[in-house]
Amino acid sequence: MHNPQLNDNGELIHLLSTEGLPRSIMTQILDIAESFMEVSAREVKKVPLLRGKSVFNLFFENSTRTRTTFEIAAKRLSADVINLDIGRSSTAKGETLLDTIDNLCAMDANLFVVRHASSGAPYLIAEHLRRIGRDDIHVVNAGDGRHAHPTQGMLDMYTIRHYKKDFSNLRVAIVGDLLHSRVARSDIHALTTLGVPEVRAIGPETLLPKHLDKLGVHVFHDMAEGLKDCDVVIMLRLQNERMNGALLPSAGEYFRHYGLTPQKLALAKPDAIVMHPGPMNRGVEIHSAVADGPQAVILNQVTFGIAVRMAVMSIVAGN
Amino acid sequence: MLANDPLPDAEAQCRQLAELIRPLLPKNPALVGIYSGGAWIAERLRELLGLTEEIGLIDVSFYRDDFAEKGLHPQVKPTLIPFEVEGRHLILVDDVLYTGRTTRAAINELFDYGRPAAVDLAVLADRGGRELPVAATWRVWDVDLAAGQSLVLGRDESDQLAWRLENA
Repeated sequence: MHNPQLNDNGELIHLLSTEGLPRSIMTQILDIAESFMEVSAREVKKVPLLRGKSVFNLFFENSTRTRTTFEIAAKRLSADVINLDIGRSSTAKGETLLDTIDNLCAMDANLFVVRHASSGAPYLIAEHLRRIGRDDIHVVNAGDGRHAHPTQGMLDMYTIRHYKKDFSNLRVAIVGDLLHSRVARSDIHALTTLGVPEVRAIGPETLLPKHLDKLGVHVFHDMAEGLKDCDVVIMLRLQNERMNGALLPSAGEYFRHYGLTPQKLALAKPDAIVMHPGPMNRGVEIHSAVADGPQAVILNQVTFGIAVRMAVMSIVAGN
Repeated sequence: MLANDPLPDAEAQCRQLAELIRPLLPKNPALVGIYSGGAWIAERLRELLGLTEEIGLIDVSFYRDDFAEKGLHPQVKPTLIPFEVEGRHLILVDDVLYTGRTTRAAINELFDYGRPAAVDLAVLADRGGRELPVAATWRVWDVDLAAGQSLVLGRDESDQLAWRLENA
């Protein structure tokens, strides 16, 4: 099957999803990110790899943090970064997505970082670029609808490898609203590809997608059972807009069952790490004592995320 | 050089290189080895010259000038410079000096850490073919190779360095 992320030599040209990404490429991303961590620790946090290249941040959906980390990553690679305020520009005036892309191609873009509320938008752009013969332009998905958020997935893998060294002996739990979470989907595909033997999903039935078992994920509705002996706990943000519907009774009720408190965390292994893609809702999915506690690696995830995004952009731009 | 000519002993060459450097050893020198061959040689030189400080290790992948043609090298190792570069007398160490492009990239990278007082270059083999105005301060072996040949330094299980000749 044609994999739009890879060229004919099997090299990464776009990062659209962790699904279908070969293990060798995931490992390459993590290894190269490790070298970029060293660059970020220098006095001059810059290497000349993407000098003269133009990176366009196309955020059709808002996300200050993700956009900022992509911007920092591109700047540390010496690229020129252009942030498009899509909501207030051409799209608002009725221009189609692909017309916007054609215009940016005419401005000699080299790489698009795309965040879009519709699943598949980055694929559409990558396919369009192939059709018009612009395989020198690359696409990195920065989150599309409920579908995928591959750089978050890879930075989560970087975090796990950093603290646990090896994937082959781990029990990893993902907790919360997996149904609406592109982070969870990207994490599950990456974790299984990298050989994590036990991936667990913990949450109320209304917030877990059906057929998780088909992905090899063990489903738990009881937090205490699910957390038992885990090495890694990935908490997901409970989006406020889910709270008022039929999916959940109330924030307080949710916290009582699925909020990560020090007592619940004590059921995981003593050296378990706690991750969260941010932004956190304290007192909804996570207790402050855990979020600020010694097992939380949430802010380190943000730092690792810059190095991982540098790795992804420099790999695709070179292929 | 012909494919079946015997290759010199790389360990003996490291000792020769140390003897060349010794009389001219700058005050307060710092060794920086270029991955992977140069890093092994720098480690040898550190012992032979009786230097106590840890050596620096440099991977020039992020500074190469052929990124646009070849993309990123799939195996990149973190550069580690465990000392202040500012004001130091650096001895950059590589196994083979050829076009000079790796040396150029390494010097650029080092300057992102600070402004060294001086940079010298020590290599085991010089195969000519320079494309940049770069010269070694110290070299042990001048070797003629065909364009398709490459000289590769390897390290075996007992930690011994040895040359091998590869044909493209």
